[in-house]
Amino acid sequence: MAGGANVTVLDLEKEDLRAVNQRLQGADAGGGPFRVLHPRGAHALACGLTAGTEVEIEGHTGYYCAGMNEAARVTVKGNAGVGVAENMMSGEVWVTGDASQSAAATAHGGLLVVEGNTAARCGISLKGGDIVVKGNVGHMSMFLAQAGNLVVLGDAGESLGDSIYEARIYVRGKVASLGADCIEKDMREEHRADLRALLERAGCADADVGAFRRYGSARELYHFKSENLDSY
Amino acid sequence: MTDPNWGLRESYSFDKYAIHEIRRAASTGLYRIRGWGAKRHLPTFDDLVFLGASVSRYPLEGYREACDTSVVLGTRYAKKPIELKIPITIAGMSFGSLSAQAKEALGRGASEVGTSTTTGDGGMTQEERGHSTQLVYQYLPSRYGMNPADLRQADAIEIVVGQGAKPGGGGMLLGQKITERVAEMRTLPEGIDQRSACRHPDWTGPDDLTIKILELREITNWEKPIYIKCGAARPYYDTMLAVKSGADVVVLDGMQGGTAATQECFIEHVGIPTLAAVRESVRALKEIDMHRKVQLVVGGGIRSGADVAKALAMGADAVSIGTAALIALGDNDPHYEDDYRAIGSAAGYYEDFQAGNDPAGITTQDPELSKRLDPVKAGHRLANYLRVLTLEVQTLARANGKSDVHNLEPEDLAALTVEAAAMAGVPLAGTNWIPGQGY
Repeated sequence: MAGGANVTVLDLEKEDLRAVNQRLQGADAGGGPFRVLHPRGAHALACGLTAGTEVEIEGHTGYYCAGMNEAARVTVKGNAGVGVAENMMSGEVWVTGDASQSAAATAHGGLLVVEGNTAARCGISLKGGDIVVKGNVGHMSMFLAQAGNLVVLGDAGESLGDSIYEARIYVRGKVASLGADCIEKDMREEHRADLRALLERAGCADADVGAFRRYGSARELYHFKSENLDSY
Repeated sequence: MTDPNWGLRESYSFDKYAIHEIRRAASTGLYRIRGWGAKRHLPTFDDLVFLGASVSRYPLEGYREACDTSVVLGTRYAKKPIELKIPITIAGMSFGSLSAQAKEALGRGASEVGTSTTTGDGGMTQEERGHSTQLVYQYLPSRYGMNPADLRQADAIEIVVGQGAKPGGGGMLLGQKITERVAEMRTLPEGIDQRSACRHPDWTGPDDLTIKILELREITNWEKPIYIKCGAARPYYDTMLAVKSGADVVVLDGMQGGTAATQECFIEHVGIPTLAAVRESVRALKEIDMHRKVQLVVGGGIRSGADVAKALAMGADAVSIGTAALIALGDNDPHYEDDYRAIGSAAGYYEDFQAGNDPAGITTQDPELSKRLDPVKAGHRLANYLRVLTLEVQTLARANGKSDVHNLEPEDLAALTVEAAAMAGVPLAGTNWIPGQGY
């Protein structure tokens, strides 16, 4: 972000959450950029943004930061609490530290980049968004994920991709275990191209695409069969 | 000559239906999934009666003295509460489980009489938004079709924790109904058996829920009333926690509440009856001095104006109807008797809403069947039914001397059974005895 005179500074020590969010939500297309000071774990910060606003948050955020984001580019310079970028529709959310549970839960679009690690259920019920985690992801990540991509440069916890639908998972490190109906799949050129593009968008163009493995749905549990009892 | 049937004794435990179900399970290897709500005998509002006026209180004239039916929902925090002309709302039912025509008809009928309708698991369609003057947008664990634009164009937001037919269960929509449009709205492959989540993906308890509500209010400028809908499981605690979490409105759905598709063992064996749930929810609201400040909407098995009036007398601010609304549209219409028979059912018994072959064109995505339902005519039938319910509530309220239906009170009621007296907390008729009073 440019640090010049155009940057609007909003300070949560001086203004309450409602006032700060109203300023951010009220920004016209191209409005901002904004710097938000002293977040101190505030919940629901910078949620519901609808324009191509640029927002830099100087510190840690609480639950649902940048929730339901549309078009805006939000950077958290610190750690983010539960549900960062939940139900994001478009735009970009960057977290320079770690993210807690349910990062980008149900996101329909947009890109979440986490420089550190994420806790459990990263990308739960993902509906089309993209997630790049440069560290590790916790257990049950991509549970019930329907569409979109998760890229993990580190390791993945237990039950990765449990009950996954058509979403894709790329992991460079170890996978503790796969969840129900999630299997390793071939990496074809189309997947390598997608992965390369995602890594470039996340600032990791130098990562070796060949070092990743792809995971997705075996599509065995798409219909009810009592013979599948042992899978649940 | 002796009638040979006289010597045949049906087992109470293994009756014909139980035997049929065992045989069906053994034959198909599948548990029974169906629509509708609980069908077995349960304590209901039928077990209560109104006392009416007498020497101790005088009635109001039936056709001359006014009796207010309006109600405002969401007065606690929302900048724009919902104002309803009648205390009867339409419960959440999804596009997907219902045809687009049925959703349009629900909107038309509700709007004609000044009440609200509600989306369901699968997002908001323009058919219902366009034809509903007041639309409640459900916020469900699956978040199918959830987006901030629809959130902002809703008139209220209902966070669904559970529903009466299956407290603790997630949504279900079988492949027959996952058509191209439904699949696109839910971001699912066409034709799969959809299993949606039973828990929200980004919150788990009341402390998290408080923050979730904060987020939804921040996104919608604190305008929309926020409802929390719970299946009737532990209504005393659930109501307290919903209020603690910041709800404007609590929606309580008893076990008679309907569903589009759920395991029958869930429908018939999880949750408590509506009659038992209302009293506990009202007790919680009164204990924390939030009765009438956080409004209570009660659903599950509401059929008549008498049911509505009894729910209000027990302390509800409004009721919601689902199954009854579908029947008013034309569900289980004897006109389609031959068609029901052709699919192994009968008018009055049809419950296979999951199958997608509804002869009435309501619980289906089949374009040809859906065409059978005229949204204008069906909507008008629903409006008629809602007007009748309202007139019945007024009749009962006036008979008990009330100029506002919300002035009905437990003191206007008596119970016909000991169990109803215990559940509703009103005296057994002809006595002053309320079982369990004093706890």
